[in-house]
Parts: sequence; C-alpha cells; structure tokens
Amino acid sequence: MKKQPDNRAVPMSAPACPVPPTNYENILLAHGGGGKLTADLIEKLFLPAFGDPALDERHDGAEINIGRIRLAMTTDSFVVTPLFFPGGDIGRLAVYGTLNDLAMCGARPLFLSAAFIIEEGLPLKTVHQVADSMGKAAKSSGIRLITGDTKVIERKSGNDLFVTTTGIGIIEHGLKISPQSIMKGDKIILSGDIGRHGTAVMACREGFEFETTIESDCAPLWNQVEIMLRENIEIHCLRDLTRGGLATALVEIAETSGLRLEIEESLIPVSDQVAGACEILGLDPLYVANEGRFICFVPEKQAGAAIGLLRQSAPNAAIIGQATDTPKKDYSNIRVVMKTPLGTSRIIDRITGDQLPRIC
Amino acid sequence: MKFLDEFRNSDLTGKYLQAIKATIRQPWTIMEICGGQTHSILKYGLDQMLPDEITLLHGPGCPVCVTPIELIDMAIGIAGQPNVILCTFGDMMRVPGSDGNLLDARARGNDIRMVYSPLESLKIAENNPDKRIVFFGIGFETTAPTTALALKKAKKNRFDNYFVLSAHVRVPPAIELILSSPENRVQAFLAAGHVCTVMGYREYIPIAENFHVPIVVTGFEPVDILQGICMAINQLERGAAAVENQYSRVVSENGNSMARKLIDEVFETTSRKWRGIGEIAGGGLSIKPDYAAYDAARVFGPVVAKVEESPRCLSGKVLRGLIKPPECPAFAVDCSPANPLGAPMVSAEGACAAYYNYSISRQGPIGG
Repeated sequence: MKKQPDNRAVPMSAPACPVPPTNYENILLAHGGGGKLTADLIEKLFLPAFGDPALDERHDGAEINIGRIRLAMTTDSFVVTPLFFPGGDIGRLAVYGTLNDLAMCGARPLFLSAAFIIEEGLPLKTVHQVADSMGKAAKSSGIRLITGDTKVIERKSGNDLFVTTTGIGIIEHGLKISPQSIMKGDKIILSGDIGRHGTAVMACREGFEFETTIESDCAPLWNQVEIMLRENIEIHCLRDLTRGGLATALVEIAETSGLRLEIEESLIPVSDQVAGACEILGLDPLYVANEGRFICFVPEKQAGAAIGLLRQSAPNAAIIGQATDTPKKDYSNIRVVMKTPLGTSRIIDRITGDQLPRIC
Repeated sequence: MKFLDEFRNSDLTGKYLQAIKATIRQPWTIMEICGGQTHSILKYGLDQMLPDEITLLHGPGCPVCVTPIELIDMAIGIAGQPNVILCTFGDMMRVPGSDGNLLDARARGNDIRMVYSPLESLKIAENNPDKRIVFFGIGFETTAPTTALALKKAKKNRFDNYFVLSAHVRVPPAIELILSSPENRVQAFLAAGHVCTVMGYREYIPIAENFHVPIVVTGFEPVDILQGICMAINQLERGAAAVENQYSRVVSENGNSMARKLIDEVFETTSRKWRGIGEIAGGGLSIKPDYAAYDAARVFGPVVAKVEESPRCLSGKVLRGLIKPPECPAFAVDCSPANPLGAPMVSAEGACAAYYNYSISRQGPIGG
C-alpha cells in the first residue's frame, strides 16, 4: 500500500498483528461512519489481516483479469433507518449503491447478488416492498440479480433489515480509472448538488421533529459515466460520494494519489433546502452523505467537454477545483484545501466520527 | 440562502475590512466570547484578512468545553444505573470524562440518546413510563430556557420519571473573571449574539463601565464579526468603553422576556466550576428547590467520581485567552479530534477543534 507522509499516522513499523485499532476497545458507531475511525479500522485491522495487493488500490471495487477480459467486483452492506425514506428505500439503495461502485471503476454493471439479514418480527409486507423495489431498480438499470441468501436473526428492536449486495461488471475500455492515475492539473468535476440523501434520511428519523421536502438523490450513475467514456473522455478517477460526503471522498483520493486537491466553495452546488436544513442542524453539507453524486478527475483540456456531456442528464454538474503538486514539506499532512467565498483558504480533513449536531 | 448570503458577502466584508484598516493606529487585543464566532473566524479565514495590529483571542463560550469533568463523570455514572435513559445534545457525546466519554459509555451498552431539544427527552419519558429519563442539560443562557420549559411541563403533568442534570452556565461572571485576572490581555469583547438574544445586554453595561472595556454584541456570520471588530476598534481608538449592539437584527436591550422568565422560574444562580478555569461565583444555573424532585443531582445522589484531567492539556489557558490552541505543545501532536485530551478539541464550538479543522497554519507558526 502506498503510504503518504502523515505525522499523525502510525509508523510503518507498527505491528501488523491484531492489535486494537486506534485507542478504542469496542466498536463505536463512528467506526462505520466513513471518517477517521473507519479508515483506521481498514488500514490497521482489515488490510493487514487480508494482505492482498488488490486491496492496496483503495478503490470502490477491485479489478480482476481473466484472460483478456477485465472485470470489476465490489460488495457493500446497507443499513439505513428508516428503511423507506423520501426519494428511496433500502432496496433501491442496495442495488444502486453497488452498481455505482462498479461504475466508479469504469465498469458496466452486469450481475448482482443480494443477501438479507432479517430480524424476527419484521412484517413480510416490508420484505416484499424492499424486494420489489430491488427488482425494479435492477431491471431499469439493465442488470441481472442472479443469486441471493436469507438469514433471520432473533428479535432485538423488531424492525431491522440489512441488505448486502455484490456486483460484477465488465471494463470495456483501456483506461486505468483509479486515484493513482490522477495527474497534476486534472480538473475535478462534481456531478450535481450535494447533501440530499443525508438530510432527507435524517429529517425523517423517528423522534426528529424536522420537516422538509428534501428527497434522497439515490440514483444509478453508470449512464453518466458511460456517456463520457463513449465520447473518449480520458477519465483518470471516479468516486461516488456516499457516507462522509464530498469532503471525505476528496481526502481519500488525495491521500491515495499523493497530490494536493484545491477546491472552491462557491463552485460547489448545494440546494437552498439542503443548505437551510444543514444550517439549522449544524451540519456541514461537505460531509453529508449522497447516493447519486460522484466526482470525476479529467485532464484540463477535456473538462469542458466532460461537463457538457454530464449536463445533458445532470444540469448542476460543475468543475469545482483541480489537482496540484504534492504539498510542500511544511504542510505535508494537508491534502485538501478549499478557497472560501471571501478569498481565504481553509483545510478540508476527514471528520472524526459522525457529525454531531451542535448545541446553539 | 436569504438572510445568510447577505452576511457572507465578500463586498461587505471588504467594506468593513477597509474601515478597520482606516481606523486602526495601534495594536489591540479583542476576545470573541462565543465558540460559534471562533469557528466562523477560522472557517472563513477572517484571521487571515485582518491587519496584523489585531490579535483575536478565543473566549470560553463553548458550553461543552467548560462543563466540569465531575458532571460528565456523573452523567456517565447515572447512565450506568438500571432503567435509565440518558439524553443530551450531540455535541456533548464525545467530550472526555475521567474514563471515556458518553459514546464509549453507549458502546458499553448504556442507553444514551442524542436529542435536539430537552422537549424530545420529555417525550421519551412519556413513551417509557417504566424507565427513568435523565436529560443532561448543558449550555449557556441560550439553551437554559428550553430546559426550564421541559422541567415546567414535567412538573405540570406530574411526571415521576423525568430528571435534569443541570450543567447550565452564565456568561457575564466569566467575562468579569477574565478581566479581573492579572494576566488579562483582553482590551475589548465581542459578546455572544445568541446569549444576548435571550438575556439582552443590560448585564454587560456595568462590566463595560467598571472595567473600562468596550463590549460589542456580535453575530456569527463573517460580515457580523468584521462589523463587530470594526465597532470595537472604533471605540478602542477613541478611548470609549460602551456596550454596542452589532446584532440588532436579533438582539434587543432586554432580550426575550418570556425566555428570561422561564429561566428565573426554574433556575437560580450558583457557584459553578468551569472546566479549565475553576470555580466561578454566579457562573452556573442550578435547579430551584421547588423543582428538587426533578433535579438529577439530588435524586441520584452524589456520585463519587475519580476526577482525572490530562496534565498535558492546556485548555484552561486557551479558554481564558492566555494562549492560542497551536501554542499548546500537545496540539495536533498528542491531541486531535480523534484522540482529544481536552474538550475544546472535540466540540463544534471548541477553539482547538476550530484550528485543527480549518486552519491552514495548524502545523506551522501562527500569527497574532
């Protein structure tokens, strides 16, 4: 794995045996939040235990070559409360989420498996609705849901359903789409306004007295990728913005690529509704989850063409910044810098744990 | 977004910067009281824009930062008792106690819930009559009225399973303490706009007079803060020491009388230990004897806690404006949001977190 200098990271000589990751003895919710604790868990526990070079890419999926055929494979588990939310449900999320991870490898999604862990007592009607939603999502995306598994666990709270999907896709171009392919000068394109999924789900959680009409952006992304590939846009890297939001995706890519990323706040589209909800809740939209947005790194000379193609289906797509040189020695651990609307700059870092609402 | 974009407008910030530069003739040190203001300053890089003559010090106005470790330990202790659901604001969850924080306590199996309002915790009490619901009430005069409202409703509806552990604090005594210290460097204050929304600014008039210090009630957006600084500099250069109100679109002299009445009905001022600062006379709000049956501190009895602060954490000096966060040897070395030694590194209003999360210079030398 390519390690970047970071004076807060553990030294390379740290033991690769099962030591407790970070300073925590137990798993906290934040270990699944996509932030620093998640990164710690992956780097200090899973990667040393699995030890496969394919994992070193730190991409949304792995590429496998069988003869001359390039395939991509990815897997994802879905837990969301509530199971049905404005703009989607766990079923659609499970199909599109995995499909999107394949698309982010530049792969045309072909096949999907689905595994269910269902809590005793869950109404059958709920399972039916989710399955139906998955079937429709798969059909409309042109992929086949071809195998699955079901397990039932003892009742705890009575309403849980976890879905895991695994996807296989085919890579039909000669590009290597990964953070390592990003070049200095590449433009960063964002495919639409951010923060819809996270705010939509949060606003409809039980006990949360906050009403909005914000809908999740949950949507398949392959078509948007395909149109760019078809028009020979030399895509260097793709990343969908799920948990942890735009900020986390940028930090991850910057760390893996070894480049510094510079973005401009005023170029990042956020709808008024999402901006307002985040303002009230004390959340930063940069860190709020999305389920139908991605960033794309392309050579500067093709950025205009790429934006033109994306805007056919994503009118809010925008160039938000660029990749620049490896950071200077002094600020080696600052990977992502954002220019504020006032012309000043601030750093963008991973968030520690989940975003917690502020007090006043 | 309307009512916000206007106050993040670069033309207006430019205008106030020009005015500041045209007025200032000598170095001045100004403290913004509220952590929300500190975060705006760092997030928008206002410190990068100001002339070198101005030093901004970051005040103690971060309620979770000053919540004493004893009360956090007590909250964790209460959460560990049978049939208890402990509720608090999200910001409090990661603040370190002597032995871990509330998130750790939740991971150990305790029922600890994050709420947006004390009224949500009252609803939880209504829906769980067989459980004891304890709201860990933190915050300044801003959040105290809703805690008071929840207690009033609990009493009116004769809840027997709802309790409040009060860690509410008051701003004016902390300002007096800072000004009384022989080490004080602060020459003017930006008072916390939200606190004054509730309390008005009458309490600040004698402080400005007695200590001969300008106090400008200031909002939280970049334009607010630069205008507040501009008003403070104007006073300092003229030798004036008055209370002025920059945040007049929200704050009136007498504040919100209904909210103040609620506070008076349920709370009384008390001496309170502020974390990193020490005992402040009149610095806290405790629950009045009329509401004793709902006071978790009385009902759950004294919880003997082993109080242990990290000796490497200099947050007390940060909170009193004696040093800036990057001057602490532990800053970004042993202390980060993932492994905080002190509360200011955790809270969304903590000064150390503001520097860590936003400031380009967090690894390098800082100005001011």
